[in-house]
Amino acid sequence: MKIAVLTKAIPSYESSIRVDSSGKWIDESVVNYVVNESDSYALEEALQIKESVEGDSEVVVVTLGAEANTSKVIKDGLAKGADRGIFIKNESTTTDPLSIAKLFADNLQSENFDLIFSGLQSDDMGSGQTGVLIGEMLGMSTATLAIETQVEGNSIKVKRELESGWFQWVTLPFPSSISIQSGINEPRYPSLKGIMGAKRKELNTIDSSSEHQSQNFVNLYIPKTEKVTEKIEGDADTIVAKIMDVLKNKLKVI
Amino acid sequence: MVLVVLENQRGSIHPFSLEAVAAGQKFAKELNSELSILCIGEKVDELKNQAKDFKSNKLITAQNSMIDMYSSDGYSKVLSDVVSAMGPKYVLIGHSYMVRDFVPRVSAKLNIPFVSDIISVDFNNGSPLFSKQVFNAKLATSIEVSSEQALLSFQSAAFSSDDIEKGGPDSEEAFDVQLANQDIRTQSEPEFQESSSGVDLTAAELIVSVGRGIESEDNLPTMQSLADAMGAEVASSRPVVDMGWLPPYRQVGSSGQVVSPKLYFSVGISGAIQHVVGMKGSKNILAINKDEDAPIFEIADYAVIGDVLEIIPKLTEEINNSK
Repeated sequence: MKIAVLTKAIPSYESSIRVDSSGKWIDESVVNYVVNESDSYALEEALQIKESVEGDSEVVVVTLGAEANTSKVIKDGLAKGADRGIFIKNESTTTDPLSIAKLFADNLQSENFDLIFSGLQSDDMGSGQTGVLIGEMLGMSTATLAIETQVEGNSIKVKRELESGWFQWVTLPFPSSISIQSGINEPRYPSLKGIMGAKRKELNTIDSSSEHQSQNFVNLYIPKTEKVTEKIEGDADTIVAKIMDVLKNKLKVI
Repeated sequence: MVLVVLENQRGSIHPFSLEAVAAGQKFAKELNSELSILCIGEKVDELKNQAKDFKSNKLITAQNSMIDMYSSDGYSKVLSDVVSAMGPKYVLIGHSYMVRDFVPRVSAKLNIPFVSDIISVDFNNGSPLFSKQVFNAKLATSIEVSSEQALLSFQSAAFSSDDIEKGGPDSEEAFDVQLANQDIRTQSEPEFQESSSGVDLTAAELIVSVGRGIESEDNLPTMQSLADAMGAEVASSRPVVDMGWLPPYRQVGSSGQVVSPKLYFSVGISGAIQHVVGMKGSKNILAINKDEDAPIFEIADYAVIGDVLEIIPKLTEEINNSK
């Protein structure tokens, strides 16, 4: 079985996010890039399937983006146990889901993957479309928000998370592109042996350029505060006294 | 033409779809365009009956026994066929989990961009700009679409269902659905709810909700003590549940419960969109976070910038002493 895992480098939670001088993108020089959270779960799910099914299987970690931000994401995937990597190098800041999916689909078509796993969404753009778009472009069956998977011969049974605590089982024939919800498993850490071994694994770098974008960022800005917010700052004792005042006198909840 | 698509959520129009109807009426007015409303799939008559008062030019039904139960294959094929036949400029729909599941396929089939999770629209004299949150809600962006048509989904509360104009449709149409067995490759089973044991957070007056900012499972008892002192329920954001620190029924957000307590006391939660949609209706929001730029502060009434592990034990002690 051949499984691709799509993984993306995104700014870490702790990173300072500032609009750059163009007004259309962020200042990348102050950002620390890490693996998108739900993509780590997608990789773990693929590795567990590889380890549990009979016969030869291959897990290929795939990413797209600028080299400076993205190279360590592939290395991380290989160190955790992916067999090889595909790096679709793209130095533009493409944000159009259709253009991005076309780049993936064009470059992955000849691989004939049985399964493509992706995280449910990237925590930077948050469109949550890439895996489904690629699935449709490559004629695959699709499902989203998988919280459990069971491979059964040439199909995969997936427990989909719906809203408000509801679920649904769906059986999809291969080939299939599935987005994975975070929390589905416990992602492993790379072992020292894995880190050393990653250097010898195959990494195929493909240069790409984006075509016409069907949707574009006109600008980026700090969201306007909807509410009048009272700031509470100071040392811990000052803060505690102020919170007590709010709870006791303003909201009267204690 | 502007086309609004209604989603059937176990017998009722999905609340996000109602907001999409309000959006559709506004789009039609601003763009001087016709409005059609589409009822699709499962129990179409049930949907149509609930939609019959909404003012529109046309109420369309797309019914076929093969899409009685939702499938991504079936819904994406039918919606693509409707859009191809009717050529709407904009297709409007609520940003639900079902929409995330099938609308990108319509986008790929028809090569029409899908702008998802929109929070507001600037009609900009007929060339609309769509705002959405990016970079974990730390920033927002305005998006322009360069194609003739677009699929648009709206985050909850981008429009209000209170604004829906009544008056019913001018006409009705039954769309001729063409589906063959081979169009539906996936096999769906009925929806189910996991064991209903747990807590009804929606009934809680006070909620202490914890996020990854509490740093470790070992700090949960400290948070529980604060909740006990206040007489509050403990809730959490998704990462806390993913890490196994709290059970899923404690989770607030799009995949958990939607709450509106008198006070939502948020501890170490950054405020990702998926969490905020579950609690932004709270009467009062007090948020503690050490990151001054945390997006939770945008919707907070009280923004406490500080170290939760230092503040919470002291606060708990103060509350207990004041009793």
